[in-house]
Amino acid sequence: MKADPRGVLSGTHFMDGDHACCEGALAAGARFAAGYPITPSTEVVERFASRVPAVGGTFIQMEDELAASITLQGAVWGGAKAFTVTSGPGFSLMMEHIGYAAMTETPCVFVDVQRGGPSTGLPTLPAQADMMQARWGSHGDYEIIALCPNSPQECFDLTITAFNLAEEFRVPVMFMMDEVVGHMTEKVVIPPADQIEITPRRHTRKSAHEYQPYGTNGDGVPEMAHAGEGYNFHITGLTHDERGYPNLTPPVQDKLVRRLQTKISNAADRIARFEEEQLEGADVVVVSYGITSRVAQRAIEAAREQRLRVGKLRLITAWPFPETKIRELATKVKAFVVPELNLGQMVREVERAAAGQAKTFAVSHAGGGVHKPEEISKAIVEASKCRKV
Amino acid sequence: MPESLITDIANTGVNPVDSILRIDRMPHIWCPGCGIGTSVNSFARALIDSKIDLGSLALVSGIGCTGRVAGYVKLDSFHTTHGRAIPFATGLKLANPKLNVVVYSGDGDLSAIGGNHLIHAARRNIDLKVICVNNLIYAMTGGQTAPTTPAHSTTSTNPYGTFEPSFNLPHLVEAAGAVYVARWTTFHVRQLARSISEAFQKKGFSFIEVISPCPTLYQRRNKLGDGLDTMKYYKEKSKVRHGTPTSEVGLIMAGEIIVGKFVDRDRPDYQTMMRAQYCESLGERFVEQEEMVCS
Repeated sequence: MKADPRGVLSGTHFMDGDHACCEGALAAGARFAAGYPITPSTEVVERFASRVPAVGGTFIQMEDELAASITLQGAVWGGAKAFTVTSGPGFSLMMEHIGYAAMTETPCVFVDVQRGGPSTGLPTLPAQADMMQARWGSHGDYEIIALCPNSPQECFDLTITAFNLAEEFRVPVMFMMDEVVGHMTEKVVIPPADQIEITPRRHTRKSAHEYQPYGTNGDGVPEMAHAGEGYNFHITGLTHDERGYPNLTPPVQDKLVRRLQTKISNAADRIARFEEEQLEGADVVVVSYGITSRVAQRAIEAAREQRLRVGKLRLITAWPFPETKIRELATKVKAFVVPELNLGQMVREVERAAAGQAKTFAVSHAGGGVHKPEEISKAIVEASKCRKV
Repeated sequence: MPESLITDIANTGVNPVDSILRIDRMPHIWCPGCGIGTSVNSFARALIDSKIDLGSLALVSGIGCTGRVAGYVKLDSFHTTHGRAIPFATGLKLANPKLNVVVYSGDGDLSAIGGNHLIHAARRNIDLKVICVNNLIYAMTGGQTAPTTPAHSTTSTNPYGTFEPSFNLPHLVEAAGAVYVARWTTFHVRQLARSISEAFQKKGFSFIEVISPCPTLYQRRNKLGDGLDTMKYYKEKSKVRHGTPTSEVGLIMAGEIIVGKFVDRDRPDYQTMMRAQYCESLGERFVEQEEMVCS
């Protein structure tokens, strides 16, 4: 279906990433946000608080991130599209409810504008060190989807994608921004509402008598009902059967947890989004995401000027990790260079997917700024010298 | 058991509260002598008596013995995470203001891990009906000290006796802003049902504390007898005193239990205040929230 024009601020804007993310959420149909102030993410909900009363929706500032991250899920079960926004320390508190959203299959979006950590770390400065937390932060086995914008325009476009994927797969989607992308101001083009495709909720058409909250067919994604529609359904964070009833036995656990995983992993190639450039014939491929991809661009171009055959693979989806793509490339290229604003997180995935078929060079940075392009260039030159495995 | 209920069962052979319960989930997990089921009976009776539209009623629980209530009622019911029933219920109510939203949970869930949410929801005066079953202990996990455990009780984490002061929950929620505050024990099944019906007539944050036995852990460890002994104790030691200042209703070990309706006042609820503020500030630019059903 097409976007509701009331939420779409069509036109050409000069806007930062945080504000563009808010506009993306409104365009996607989000009419509910719950938040708690935290730098450098607060501008997203500040804008939402300012915009949403004139669009027909609600913002509530909660007492902490624990509350914000579950309040939004209450709103989803009440019928809304909803999200919350935070940064590292708040993201840590939200892990409890990322698990709850995964277990109860509550479609929603968690925006994390990443800053330096651990703990309070660098409140106003960038990092990309929550990437593994986004994937593994809550206890137990589950899958999520995570997207990494690298510009204010993508903060708009991909926030819509995040909501659409959340609805399609009934999964919490992590929107992994960073401080630089959040605070960077650039041109943002918001198209007319009739050019924005929106994934509707997978609302059941079954009668209350036939409906099972966790009954699935083909793709393993159940249909949803909302409170107050007469379905009298039960939702629990306990291990549950198709009726939504607790059933704490190994066979039911196995069936449920495997489905939560395979509904995403089976669709991984369809979910995967990346930007590629000159991969054909490349000796070295630079794999990057978020703000680091824009620094890497400079290093890639400098290396090409030195006649090095360098390809670019920018991850737009970090999770599920685009494993197939890396595996294919690994058979052809000598090495991957992976710069990121952490001490080595996604590089482990690249190394795992490459499975010894190509070498992997990490270019780490503890956060607080971005790489110098020369640091990445140096790694590209070094990688070019190695022999094909 | 209320007389009307006994009459209904005698006439029809069916317990009318069955219509509120997920009979396919029986037997429940609660111990013999536990008061939670008794409280659910009063709740179900209140729903029938007050002729509430069950289709627009949602019930939210946290974690613990009382947290299991959500799984046994035939309503849209949510068993959430530990302490977070109130913020979940807040989202549900804000997204669909037509819903009647009940939070049904235990003392540890609502006042320890969820204590921050409890006071803030009362402060905001979110239109929620909170039923707090207070068994004075963490029961599901085996009898540990709760913020409500009276001093000098024996628990598994205070084997030599508790010494922390405990929360007086009616006083806490009144101070934070609740518009309706009552307390009953599971001996007072009719009064409890009446209070629940009354709370449905209120718009705003309502809180009903239900003092309930935990024969398996609290009563046994403290040599207070079984479920029946506790009923006798409630009968003997409870004093119905409506309007008692909540500062005077704190509980002490084996002491008197003041029960009744303590607070019944009116102030605008969160959504009324929000709407008024937006109307005043935004005028015609304010867009009334529609039902947010997005399919």
